Amino acid sequence: MSTIAAGGAHAEPSFLDAGGRTGLLSWILSTDHKRIGILYLVSIFTLFWVGVTIGVLMRLEQLTMGPTIMEPQTYNAMFTVHGVIMIFMFVIPGLPAVLGNFFLPILIGAKDVAFPRLNLTSWYLFLAGAVLAVISLFAGSGPPDTGWTFYAPYSLRTGTNVSLAVFAAFVLGFSSILTGINFVTTIHRLRAPGMTWLRMPLFPWSLYATGWVQVLATPIISITLLLVILERFFGIGVFDPAKGGDPLLYQHLFWIYSHPAVYIMILPAMGAISEIIPTFAHRTIFGYRAIVYSSIAIAALGSLVWAHHMFTSGMGELANTIFSLLTFLVAIPSAIKVFNWVATLYKGSIDLEPPMLYALTFIFLFCIGGLTGVMQGALALNVHLHDTYFIVGHFHYVMFGGTGFGFFAALLYWFPKMFGKMYNKKVAIAAWFPLFIGFNGLYFTMLVLGVMGMPRRYYDHLPQFHTGHVIATVGSWFLTVGLLMLFSNFVMALFKGRKAEANPWGGVTLEWTVPSPPPTENFEEIPTIAGPPYEFNPVVTR
Amino acid sequence: MSAGVAHTPAAHSDYQGAKIGMWLFLFTEIILFGGLFILYSAYRAKYPHEFHHGGAELDYVIGVANTAILLTSSLSMALSITAVQRGEKRLAMIMLALTVLLGAAFLMNKYFEWGAKIAHGIYPNGPELMKRSAGEGLFFGLYFAMTGLHGLHVAGGVVLLSIMLVYLAKDRIRKGDHVKLENAGLYWHLVDVIWIFLLPLFYLAA
Repeated sequence: MSTIAAGGAHAEPSFLDAGGRTGLLSWILSTDHKRIGILYLVSIFTLFWVGVTIGVLMRLEQLTMGPTIMEPQTYNAMFTVHGVIMIFMFVIPGLPAVLGNFFLPILIGAKDVAFPRLNLTSWYLFLAGAVLAVISLFAGSGPPDTGWTFYAPYSLRTGTNVSLAVFAAFVLGFSSILTGINFVTTIHRLRAPGMTWLRMPLFPWSLYATGWVQVLATPIISITLLLVILERFFGIGVFDPAKGGDPLLYQHLFWIYSHPAVYIMILPAMGAISEIIPTFAHRTIFGYRAIVYSSIAIAALGSLVWAHHMFTSGMGELANTIFSLLTFLVAIPSAIKVFNWVATLYKGSIDLEPPMLYALTFIFLFCIGGLTGVMQGALALNVHLHDTYFIVGHFHYVMFGGTGFGFFAALLYWFPKMFGKMYNKKVAIAAWFPLFIGFNGLYFTMLVLGVMGMPRRYYDHLPQFHTGHVIATVGSWFLTVGLLMLFSNFVMALFKGRKAEANPWGGVTLEWTVPSPPPTENFEEIPTIAGPPYEFNPVVTR
Repeated sequence: MSAGVAHTPAAHSDYQGAKIGMWLFLFTEIILFGGLFILYSAYRAKYPHEFHHGGAELDYVIGVANTAILLTSSLSMALSITAVQRGEKRLAMIMLALTVLLGAAFLMNKYFEWGAKIAHGIYPNGPELMKRSAGEGLFFGLYFAMTGLHGLHVAGGVVLLSIMLVYLAKDRIRKGDHVKLENAGLYWHLVDVIWIFLLPLFYLAA
């Protein structure tokens, strides 16, 4: 891509102005992929903060033994709602819907996605799902208390508002499916002339793999959730042991989606990291093809490991062994990516700008998350660790340390492009310290507590776990301070940030060839691609 | 009728892209029903005799009649698309209208069939079904869930095809710009194919 002149000095109106169309209606009726990305950004981070607040309150409850600030039933509702919001409304849609929407067309040299109106429809469905979920907290007989997994038969029996919450998840799933269809079609049809499959940058590649998982896995959760609703209203019996139904089948169907969903969550973050690392090592990515194929391998293998969530359910020795083996296998493509990122750094001229700092943190935290995952894939160990804080700690290392920090890294990387404003780099780096200390204080302690035997989802704890719980709660305070610093920095930058150049980091992919913020049509002229995506000049100039 | 005056600029439309998008959507539909088929196979393996009894109680004459209706509607759907491709608007509209009517006829049959079962107390939590064994309860639970979801898809298809009929009348679907009708046809054939699987699993299970 070195053939493309750094262009766009003369003023095309940016997508933020769009010829003076800046009213609310011009945003919520816009089919511009960049504006839809921003709509998602605002809605998703609003929900993120709701989830954070609930998480902090749960930690506060565990600060002392016995009741601290809430009733047991409230605590049950809180871990359910925290999970539903964070998973279905933050980590699953997060990177694809916000940054995927904004950057996928630009990175492949297109003016928009394949179906712009469908894209806006997806956002409205997302919003509808979010509103329904919020209503389920207040309407009727109280917020759901089943855990985000909605396991039968309890989810069929509880008097709380499960039907509405489940329907909200169904609507959110539909939104996710439509985004997946849109992205896969976009990548097939709208790549710029000359951009062969193996000249496509790695973030679009990760979105492509993600899109397929969204399309092929999400309908399973849709039908499962519909059946839960049918069970609750009509009692058809398929998950109800009293009627001959088998609750294990619910678990199977739930995880057939929800395990691949973990890869929906992590793959785009890995893609973003693959964009950031070469830019700040000023060096082409090591093993481009290996990263591409490992994305596809993760998507494929990740769809075949679901029952490792059910090793203690009594589904049978043979099934346990097969799913354990497959679980170990999926670690291989994930490790391939990590090795490629590290090898990219080797002999690079590393520049520890904020996005790079967060990207390296992603690698560190993801390694802990990934390796604790492999530990749980071992059958004997799994029996000990199942349903303990170890699972909670592992999951947060992957989803928050992985996807969350990947998301922050990607936002730090692309924020100047999206808004044309540069944030305060010193504050972004300062925020890293409380984030890193708080994160590990909170979740590493959870790993230890889990090995000691602290069960997850318990309202109270025994004296031997008390020290650990206090450390974890204090960690959550550090984490919150870090998050506040990071986000207030972004908000301040919108108003007071200095103007960002078209290419502040010396990146070589297509988004850095257009002005910051990009014009409505992205490119005055669709670029022609002449070579592989990450070709840096041998001499570093910045 | 033929590619004369364009109502909308055709420059932006991408025939291949629209087709890819539709096929991806159809995959999601197959997997949506796939979840139910998994449940069916698991419970059929667990309760083979009860499923046999349950199947014997369904009227296969109505089942086969509905199959004939849907297959014919798929034919008229395909004929309608071919007619549009040849620029024969009138024929295309007649064939599409026939498809809509056959879809409605299918739903009417379904209504009477469900109505009769419900009148006999055979529905989830119904007085008659509660007396039966767990396996038969599951058979009819799945019967109502699967034919119900399929029926919803037929109803959705009837609405969709009616909209296509209006588009045809207004020349928004015409020779050279008919991907909407083709995609609607793909959806209709999928609904048909799913029924082809439902028929033996329920009506011919005896």
